[in-house]
Amino acid sequence: MLSRRIIPCLDVRDGRVVKGVRFRDHVDMGDIVELALRYRDQGADELVFYDIGASPEGRSVDYAWVERVARLIDIPFCVAGGIRDVETARRVLHAGADKISVNSPALERPPLIAELADAFGVQCVVVGVDSVREADGQWRVRTNTGDPSRTRAPGARTLDWIAEAQRLGAGEIVLNCMDQDGVRRGYDVEQLRQARALCGVPLVASGGAGEPQHFADVFEQADVDGALAASVFHSGAIPIPELKRFLRQRQIEVRDV
Amino acid sequence: MSSVVVVDAGGANLGSVCYALERLGVQPRVVTDAAGLEGAGRVILPGVGAAPEGMRRLHAQGLVEPLRALQAPLLGICLGMQLLYERSEEGEVECLGLLQGVVHRLPAAPGIRVPHMGWNALRAMRPSALLDGVADGASAYFVHSYAAPVTADTVAASDHGSLFTAVVQHGRLCGAQFHPERSAATGAHILRNFLEMDF
Repeated sequence: MLSRRIIPCLDVRDGRVVKGVRFRDHVDMGDIVELALRYRDQGADELVFYDIGASPEGRSVDYAWVERVARLIDIPFCVAGGIRDVETARRVLHAGADKISVNSPALERPPLIAELADAFGVQCVVVGVDSVREADGQWRVRTNTGDPSRTRAPGARTLDWIAEAQRLGAGEIVLNCMDQDGVRRGYDVEQLRQARALCGVPLVASGGAGEPQHFADVFEQADVDGALAASVFHSGAIPIPELKRFLRQRQIEVRDV
Repeated sequence: MSSVVVVDAGGANLGSVCYALERLGVQPRVVTDAAGLEGAGRVILPGVGAAPEGMRRLHAQGLVEPLRALQAPLLGICLGMQLLYERSEEGEVECLGLLQGVVHRLPAAPGIRVPHMGWNALRAMRPSALLDGVADGASAYFVHSYAAPVTADTVAASDHGSLFTAVVQHGRLCGAQFHPERSAATGAHILRNFLEMDF
C-alpha cells in the first residue's frame, strides 16, 4: 500500500538553507546538504527545495547546489522557484532533481505545464498553487507570494486552476493554503477536501501544520497523499520519527525508516 | 568488479543513477552508442518519460539490436525496465521484447491516484539474489503511470489498486520499476546486489 508522504520544505538562498520572517530578515539555518541529510536520516520521504532568491531576482536556479544534493542524497527531491521554461527545467532535472515545481510562471503562461509534461513526462511536473479565501468566500490564487510587495491576484478560482493545471499535464499538485500559512492551527481541511475531489493526481497539503494531530487530520479528512511543512520541522517542534510513530498508531500508512 | 556501463538514452535520472553507483564506490561509464557496450561487465538502462520517446531514442542511437544481443547482465530502471518487455500500451510502441508481457496503464480508481508516486512496499514473490538483504515489505520510491504485469519472472510485486511487477529477473535480465537511486537503503541494496550477484 502506498505510504502517505511527510515532506519538509527548505528555503534556499545562495546555497544555504534560510528561514525568513515575511520574506525579510533571513536567518541562516545551515548548509543545504547537511540539512538534507539530517532530514533523510530522520525519515523524511521527500524534500522540496525552494530557491527563494531565484524568482524575485529574475534569475534561474543555481544548478550547483542541486547537483551537490543529488550526489549525496538517496531520497527524492523537488526543486521549486525560478523555473519558467523547458531549458531551465531540463538543467535542474539533469543536475539530479527528481521533480520540478512551477507556480507563478504557470499561472502567467499555462501552456508551460504542457511543455514541461511533453518534455519530461507528467511525473516530473509539480504545480504549486498559492491560495487565499477572499471576502466572497471563494478561494482564489495568488502569484509571486515570495515577495509581499509583488504578490498579485490574477483572479482565477483555486479549484478551477487545479482542474486546468491537471488537464494541461500536472503530475502532482501542492496546494498551499496561505490563510493557514505559519499560523500552526492546522491544514485547511475543507479547501483540501474540495481540491481532492477534483484531483486525480497526487495532492500535497501545505500551510498550517503545528502539531502531529494536524497531519492525521489532513490525511484522514482530506485524503491527501502528502503533507508538507517547514517551520515545525526546522525548529524541531515536531521530530519526524515521532510524527511517523503517531501516524502509525492512528492506522495511517507511513514508511518505516 | 568489472566495468559498469550506464546507457544514456536521454533519461533525466541518468545523473542520479550515476551518483547512486558512486556512493557504492563504483565509477560508471556513461555510453550513448553500441560501441560503448563492448566489454561491459554490467549494463544499466535508466529511463524517465514516455515509452515511445524512450524507444525512439534507442533506435536513433543504434542501441536496439545491441541491447537485444547483449550478453552482460542488464538492469532496467523505471521506464528502462518497461522497455525490456514486448510492448507498451503507452503509445502502442514495440519494445525490446526481452521479457514476456505487455506494459499497461495503471487503472485509476477511488483512492488510487495515477501517477503512482511515493513509497510503496515490495512484496516478495519468489527468491532472487536481487533482494538479498531486503526485508519483505521494505519500501521503495515509485513514480510511474504504466506498469508491467505480474508474471513468472516477477521477483517482487507492489500494490497500487492491483499488483504489478516491482522487481523482475529472468536470467541476466533484471529490472526495477521503482527508483533504486532514490529508495534509500533498500535501493542501495538492490543496486549492490545487481553489481555483485552471480548470473
